[in-house]
Amino acid sequence: MPFIPHTPDQVRAMLAAIGVEDIDDLFDEIPPALRAGDLSTLPEALPEMTVARLMAARARADGQPLCFIGAGAYDHHVPAAVWQLLSRGELYSAYTPYQAEASQGTLQILYEFQSMMTALTALDVSNASLYDGASAVAEAILMAVRASRHGKVRRVLIPRGLHPRYRAVAQTIVSQQDIELVEVPFDPSGGHLTLAALEPLAAEPFAALVVPQPNFFGVLEEVDTLTDWAQAHGALVIAVVNPLALALLSPPGEWGSQGADIACGEAQPFGMPLASGGPYAGFLCCKQALMRQLPGRIAGRTLDLDGKPGYTLTLQAREQHIRRSRATSNICTNQGLLVTAATIHLALLGAEGLARTAAACHANTRRLVERLGETRGVTPRFHRPVFHEQALRLPAPAADVLRSLAAHNILGGFDLGADYPELDPAILVCATELRTNEDIDAFAAKLARVIATRSQARCPVEPKF
Amino acid sequence: MLIFEESRPGRRARAQAPLTSPDSADLPAHLRRQRPPALPEVGELQAVRHYTRLSQQNFSIDTHFYPLGSCTMKYNPRACHALASLPGFLGRHPLSPPSHSQGILACLFELQEILAAVTGMHAVSLAPAAGAQGEFAGVAMIRAYHRARGDLARREILVPDAAHGTNPATAAMCGFQVREIPTGPAGDLDLQALQAALGPQTAGIMLTNPSTIGVFERGIQAVADRVHQAGGLLYYDGANLNAILGKVRPGDMGFDVIHMNLHKTFATPHGGGGPGAGPVGVAARLAPFLPLPLVARDGPDYRWLEEADRPQSIGRLTAFGGNMGILLRAYIYARLVGREGMGRIAEYATLNANYLFTRLVAAGFEPAYGQRRASHEFILTLRREVRELGVTTMDVAKRLLDYGFHAPTTYFPLLVPECLLIEPTETETPEELDRFVAALTAIRAEAQTDPELVKSAPHSLPVRRLDDVRAAREPDLAWRPGRITDAAGPRGRSGKAED
Repeated sequence: MPFIPHTPDQVRAMLAAIGVEDIDDLFDEIPPALRAGDLSTLPEALPEMTVARLMAARARADGQPLCFIGAGAYDHHVPAAVWQLLSRGELYSAYTPYQAEASQGTLQILYEFQSMMTALTALDVSNASLYDGASAVAEAILMAVRASRHGKVRRVLIPRGLHPRYRAVAQTIVSQQDIELVEVPFDPSGGHLTLAALEPLAAEPFAALVVPQPNFFGVLEEVDTLTDWAQAHGALVIAVVNPLALALLSPPGEWGSQGADIACGEAQPFGMPLASGGPYAGFLCCKQALMRQLPGRIAGRTLDLDGKPGYTLTLQAREQHIRRSRATSNICTNQGLLVTAATIHLALLGAEGLARTAAACHANTRRLVERLGETRGVTPRFHRPVFHEQALRLPAPAADVLRSLAAHNILGGFDLGADYPELDPAILVCATELRTNEDIDAFAAKLARVIATRSQARCPVEPKF
Repeated sequence: MLIFEESRPGRRARAQAPLTSPDSADLPAHLRRQRPPALPEVGELQAVRHYTRLSQQNFSIDTHFYPLGSCTMKYNPRACHALASLPGFLGRHPLSPPSHSQGILACLFELQEILAAVTGMHAVSLAPAAGAQGEFAGVAMIRAYHRARGDLARREILVPDAAHGTNPATAAMCGFQVREIPTGPAGDLDLQALQAALGPQTAGIMLTNPSTIGVFERGIQAVADRVHQAGGLLYYDGANLNAILGKVRPGDMGFDVIHMNLHKTFATPHGGGGPGAGPVGVAARLAPFLPLPLVARDGPDYRWLEEADRPQSIGRLTAFGGNMGILLRAYIYARLVGREGMGRIAEYATLNANYLFTRLVAAGFEPAYGQRRASHEFILTLRREVRELGVTTMDVAKRLLDYGFHAPTTYFPLLVPECLLIEPTETETPEELDRFVAALTAIRAEAQTDPELVKSAPHSLPVRRLDDVRAAREPDLAWRPGRITDAAGPRGRSGKAED
């Protein structure tokens, strides 16, 4: 029996101790009409070696293409030590540290993670993770609304240049509480947020302005101006940041004259493989004044009976198991193992390693854009500076181009047309530190050929090869 | 010692970053960071040793019996981790085109089918990233269902008083009022109180079955009939699905919407507090509202179903469709266990719980619901020990740690005083259960002869009992550069509360 260790003799002895004839008698309080019928559609049990063969074939089927897609999930180097440590059973198979004395490892790691995230964002407090970047934005919005004049202002400004999936998730979650998300258009030539776009929306009060840095197009926002503007209107500022970019870019806590109030985002760039989209980890930091509005687990440092420092989950009066329907959120289990990945990753890289990685991504993307731009009609869609992604206008339908590239095992970017019809045909490309000059050259050559082939195919005379 | 305290300026794990730092002077000066963040500077061996040593300060399933009630701490098969970590799975970008997605989509599609079949639901979405997000999705679907029918008066969700705190928190998060329904003396829901609470304002009821009390809700068919007659829907909290997997299906009990905790029932790791996965299953009438994305099969090919395919969906819950790596682990587990193994999970989880229950009651511990059959977990109340010996349930729980057992869930459910909620799971041997009985019996004897030993436990762990009050009153939530740490604790900035 897979993973069930009982011998037949033991089962007999246990049943005798309980005082029943067989195991089925243990279900005698369940009405017979409810007993499960036919389970024949379930697959039969397989030994590990057979499942291993099946999974190897499935993993192989998805190929290992050369990837130039970013769009919220980035292909970074993950040091071997990260997942070797994570695979230790003491980290992998422990639960939420309810018994603090028996969970000091996990608790100290959460505290170190919180320390690292507050250092990166230059804010006072961090929680111990949310599900992902998108759900972190949603929780940040709920938090800002709770904090704003006792929850009376239920209107939040959210830029169209924020990741479309983040906007979708925020909508799913905050619309349940009748919070209005007001979309702020981006500047058509810069791709960024402008005060000209914001001013007309400030006629009515708003609880918060969401400011991405960089935004979905990779474009850098004028964060100081935006922060000062929103705070002058009595609103909170929610920074949505790529934490890797913070190695080079001004941290939210230093934006404008007061600093952003809340910072959140996706910690995936820190030690988490692409893995089809998860598990990743959302992070959420804030100023001290908002600490008791933070959702999710928080680890704190305290003392034991002997006065020795130790760690425990704290500020639990915010949480669902204490406050029930008045909790800050329903979140409990979140992304502990991925927080551990991020913590070890950050410890291995340090500020200097992180800055080098961020600079390499920035330089690679700059080179990628130059090389792709050698093909006629391929040009940057926006003129503003970017971090490590760039929207490119294409001279041919984006879906067709990307499909042709994929047939050559190159994932050539994210098609912007579905989410931004006004930009079509355009793609969003990214080159992390893992993409070499040869990779970039291969992509550029293939793109040139794909586009040349398409323009020839549109000639009235059938081209001859 | 914190990793920060092992830091020395200029030390680095040099193998882990690019060799050079390319020029990024084109980034505008006013948007650049002025000072580097205060991250530790350590070598690779230091980091590996630091986190290895920290890991050794944890209890875990791999090292200890972990009978944490309601959490289903069963063995996490290594094959699930190894096979979900194949390079093809780890390297796949979430926005890969269909041509580079058929392998994983096949796994996800089959997992949807397996979960639907074993729970008796019409359709399943794998999108929720954890049990609480599954609950959110479920209650949001209940809201969407009533709204789609123009039935806007249904503003109330019913929740038993024994429910997990997530149930009322979720209902509130979805904008509902919460009304609690009392539990009767034998552990079943109070049907009269339920009847009195039902009305045109009832959106639905959230139930766990077996309940958090560790017994099967015998009146479930009557509960379902009455709630449905009142126009409400039934939500199944899958926290205790391990008790009935393959034996009873929530769909057959009349539930309209359920969530499952794959990190419990399908043996995916708990990871020190996540990641989990909380798929939702629904009856046919709720299928249009399922969260996105879903996986569909068109002939031999698989594809994502998105907003255009499902316009009535409650929407997305995470950016990229959920905790894929956890879903893969659950799929691998389901294939290893198979049709024959699913029912055995509930059988042996129940056998282990009833055996442990019987032995502990025979040893003189008081059951909270002694006249009832245990499900996969059961409750003892230590009220007699507390009264007669002056030790608390928390003291006993802490002393168990000294004996090498993780403590059961304590002080939950709230309606049983001084309780321990004990869930052994099917993967433990009877020898381990016997050792646990011996430990608990020994601790009671200690409480009689040397109560101080129990009250001041634990004695053999990296720290002694921690001061939770101090942690909450003087929150110290992050290390700061320049802080001096000594045996008496941190000095300098400790982040004082501003309330």
